Amino acid sequence: MIAVGLIIWVLMGLLTPGTPEGVVNYVGSSAPGQPVNLTIQTVGSMGVGDRPTWVSYLARTPQGQWVHDTTWQLPANTLINVTVYQYDSGSPLRNQQYGQVTGTIGNSETVNGKTIHAFNSYDGAGVGHTFTVPALGISVPLLGSPAANLCGVAPCQPKWPHNLIHFSFKTPAKTGEYHWQCFVPCAAGWLYGNGGPMSTQGFMGGFLDVVQQ
Amino acid sequence: MNNEPRHMRRIVTAWVIASVIGDLLWWFLVGPHIPPGNMTESAHWNQFDFNILAITALPVVFMVWIWMGYALVNWRDKPGVPDPVGGEAAKAPYKVQAAWISITSIVVISAAIYGTIALIGDHGSGGGEGPNPVWAPAGTIAANTAAIQGKATWSPTGDQPLVVQVIAQQWKFNYRYPAFGGMETNRLILPVNTDVVFDVTSLDVIHDFWAYQLSVKADANPGVNNVAFAETRQTGQFMVRCDELCGIWHGAMYNSGRILSKTAFMAWATKTEAQNASNTKYLPPFAWTYTPDANGANGGLYPDGNVTPYSPYDTYGAKQPAS
Repeated sequence: MIAVGLIIWVLMGLLTPGTPEGVVNYVGSSAPGQPVNLTIQTVGSMGVGDRPTWVSYLARTPQGQWVHDTTWQLPANTLINVTVYQYDSGSPLRNQQYGQVTGTIGNSETVNGKTIHAFNSYDGAGVGHTFTVPALGISVPLLGSPAANLCGVAPCQPKWPHNLIHFSFKTPAKTGEYHWQCFVPCAAGWLYGNGGPMSTQGFMGGFLDVVQQ
Repeated sequence: MNNEPRHMRRIVTAWVIASVIGDLLWWFLVGPHIPPGNMTESAHWNQFDFNILAITALPVVFMVWIWMGYALVNWRDKPGVPDPVGGEAAKAPYKVQAAWISITSIVVISAAIYGTIALIGDHGSGGGEGPNPVWAPAGTIAANTAAIQGKATWSPTGDQPLVVQVIAQQWKFNYRYPAFGGMETNRLILPVNTDVVFDVTSLDVIHDFWAYQLSVKADANPGVNNVAFAETRQTGQFMVRCDELCGIWHGAMYNSGRILSKTAFMAWATKTEAQNASNTKYLPPFAWTYTPDANGANGGLYPDGNVTPYSPYDTYGAKQPAS
């Protein structure tokens, strides 16, 4: 009896998987068909954990908790309203092409209330990071903060200097895992800036796990 | 009187029939579907070459199979029948051995000669591409020289080649069109019935630009302009993949492209040039290679105007643009 129960329990676990560890689930955070809010932040150094000097993205769960996960489960064919707290500095882009906003609603973003379609990364504090989903044609430059006293311990709070960035995009109707990454080689101290956090899942890249709601 | 059936005649007859039927079936039913297809002239000839090799190899395969099958049916050990091994019949027939060695040698040598000619021909897959192409389709060198001099043009009514720069970066390809204001795009869009010059380079590590339906595969090396050619001949969609293990997201480094009619391509290019104008003005001038600025961890780009062993200025004899 106990063995049968164990087998059924294991089978049910396999057949009805929940949200895997390391995935932030936004499905169900809004009514079906309604826009979903995705709030993320970038920080120049985690300040905590095994790799305190590494740059990273963080995401805020629908329950309001900041977590260090870069795979986000989103409903298909749904408008996603993204808010980015950009706490990092910037520099010129390796390829200025990523200074152009593409794939978002209106091919634009707002940075501290100002609408931007393209940004010269040689201006101001440059570009800190990008949010780019190649398969969906989405690329958004996240302008660097010019402040000197930047937050160095994640999760950062809005009292620290930051750029507040908004943009929206629509998830595809086709479900699947869509790779996203930052296209600023921002891993300071690594060859070509592309090692370390740029080459480790969970820091400067991840997946949009698009599923049916 | 010898009642032994004429085995060789049976075998050869069966082999000829099987080979003719097999080759015809391959050529007309299978051949047209063999990759890389017919989207470019090179792809067409790659497919042709593959099919030539296939119909050459099929008779050899059939000979082996038919001989083996015939031997199993007719010469196997049977109860009550003396062991066939030994005696005159078991001697290796000299003529059969000589014929087998001669025929297979001729097949292999012919395939080598055909393959070499096909490889170095102007439709070949390994003919001229590289940092210093040993051949180039008519007009492509002039078009590429015009591109570096900022004079690239393209029109749907003309027959001038289109220059497209493939810029690889961990982990994505971008495409630059010097004939359209030097705009850069996410997708590779090409016009049909046009010679295309691909200037392939990288901004970081070694990648590989592989559009297999176009029969184009060229390493993308930092600091090197690797040139490849294609003549488009069929509209449709194709895939571009990185074929050089280049880091954690190598597997995600792919996208799709399209070959459009000339007028549709012109409409797309004109529209995209206008859409991207606000960003294109910030791009560096078109150059064969780009070097990340050493200033800072991220680094912007500046055009690499240095004359190196791989320099297109040497390759094409073009004058360097004024700095």
